[in-house]
Amino acid sequence: MARVIGDVILDLQNISLSFGGVKALTNISFDVREGEIRAIIGPNGAGKSSMLNVINGVYHPQQGRIVFRGQERRRMNPHEAAAQGIARTFQNIALFKGMTVLDNIMTGRNLMMRRNFLWNALYWGPSRREEIAHRKRVEEIIDFLEIQNIRKTPVGRLPYGLQKRVELARALAAEPSLLLLDEPMAGMNVEEKQDMCRFILDVNEQLGTTIVLIEHDMGVVMDISDRVVVLDYGRKIGDGPPDEVRNDPVVIEAYLGAGH
Amino acid sequence: MIYREAGQFKASYEEDQQIFPIKQDRIVMAALVAAAFFVAPFVASEYWLQAVLTPVLVFALAALGLNILTGYAGQLSLGTGAFMAVGAYATYNFLLRLDGLPFLVGLVLGGLSAAAVGVVFGLPSLRIKGFYLAMATLAAQFFIVWALAKFPWFSNYSSSGIITAQRIEIFGFAFDTPARKYLLTLAIVSLLALVAKNLARTNTGRSWMAVRDMDVAAEVIGIPLMKTKLLAFAVSSFYCGIAGGLYAYTYLGTVEPDGFGLDLSFKILFMIIIGGMGSVLGAFLGAAFILLLPVGLNVLMHTSVGALVPATLASNLELIVFGVLIIFFLIVEPHGLTRLWQIGKEKLRLWPFPH
Repeated sequence: MARVIGDVILDLQNISLSFGGVKALTNISFDVREGEIRAIIGPNGAGKSSMLNVINGVYHPQQGRIVFRGQERRRMNPHEAAAQGIARTFQNIALFKGMTVLDNIMTGRNLMMRRNFLWNALYWGPSRREEIAHRKRVEEIIDFLEIQNIRKTPVGRLPYGLQKRVELARALAAEPSLLLLDEPMAGMNVEEKQDMCRFILDVNEQLGTTIVLIEHDMGVVMDISDRVVVLDYGRKIGDGPPDEVRNDPVVIEAYLGAGH
Repeated sequence: MIYREAGQFKASYEEDQQIFPIKQDRIVMAALVAAAFFVAPFVASEYWLQAVLTPVLVFALAALGLNILTGYAGQLSLGTGAFMAVGAYATYNFLLRLDGLPFLVGLVLGGLSAAAVGVVFGLPSLRIKGFYLAMATLAAQFFIVWALAKFPWFSNYSSSGIITAQRIEIFGFAFDTPARKYLLTLAIVSLLALVAKNLARTNTGRSWMAVRDMDVAAEVIGIPLMKTKLLAFAVSSFYCGIAGGLYAYTYLGTVEPDGFGLDLSFKILFMIIIGGMGSVLGAFLGAAFILLLPVGLNVLMHTSVGALVPATLASNLELIVFGVLIIFFLIVEPHGLTRLWQIGKEKLRLWPFPH
């Protein structure tokens, strides 16, 4: 399927974020186009995760504007961001450890569930139909990510690589238009990384989801992303297609090291 | 060999999502419920119905209530006794002051009063967690018991706040014998257990567990923390309130505020710890364990060791053995009897083959 890169879906303008005297982000602007894979790279402490937290409302920037799907906002809370179609995964896996894989992914669809607790208490008629309907969609995601055999396993018992995949599944369950991935390949071996790369590309191509990802593996970033933002000490030092960024002397100096 | 699910294929998600997906479980459960309804009232003695089976059910309901809050939603509470007291005293006052109010309506109103009080004392949970929240619910525990004893209006100006339950009559049928009271309790507890299971397996329960396991992630995927936590407090306190009403009306008949003290809250907390957090079955197992074990030990002591030593020493020995057994079970399986039961079932599925 041919990928179509559309208009700007998310536009960040002059974002500044500080915690007390510590400046996490300083005057950062970049945009994300519909259907693209946008990578954010930078050394440790560059402000990459803070950037994602600003996008989905966990942190509130002191300055700057965020325009998502034509709607401008200064600050929002994570709940609103989720309702508008922004889903994410976390750097340190943030699954619900006591719940099964199936329940974790079902939880990802909570915003689409309309029946209140009184209906659920009865588990009758509309409530039961709703559960079954969502279960069907969740099973499609389970098939898509090839985790059929572990659907009834509590996630706490799964190995790390699979947990990362379940977290991706939970984010996908919300059918997001913008998916934020915070180091989806951290701590994985080569084979697991290849799998995860394939899933990210599949999500992007087959579901048409726009993806913003943070990743340290330069091989992966340069291979799969359309455009790359480079952060260093909370400032933007580079922005463009992978080839351009790779050859930018400023980026090489700050991130790849002078030796390259 | 008997407990095997081979050949039981599920052709729809409905079949896969039922409460007992394995046929043998369904049969055993149906048999248990049938025995509890149709055999126990006729076979068991009045002592057993009144002093053993009814309290086990009442405490199981209270433990279920606490388990919704602490086991499913992860909010530690030490106010269970107080919420039960609200249920009991509110039911009493509704029945006393509204003439001709049906008993069940009074009981539900009592439960709703407890739910309202639970929500108020659940408000701190929006800012504090764990032991600090436990302190806030502890305040509820002391305050409510104090208020019920302090203001005589609650107990209709009886001495030291004692209330005596009115006669229970539903559609002209009097529930006045231990067997009838047991049946009424059983019906209410079974219904509420089913409701709890339904809540647990749908979106409501998943939201509670999500808040329990990782609240930041829960918020990011769109679960409103405040609403979810307060709903857990409301539903939990409703269950405790109904349990309190039954405690007064079908079990004891006469209660005083001090009977709903911190001891009661701890007793119920022990039940869910021993029975298993976050499990409907655990509430029943825990209540049965904590209430039946002393009875069993008592019988055992008086027939064996107790006959040889003085009576006071025998009753102390009972307590020692009881404590040791609790510690033993927690060491063997920190996740409670429910987990032991599940492990047993998994083993049984393979038995007698090693793999």
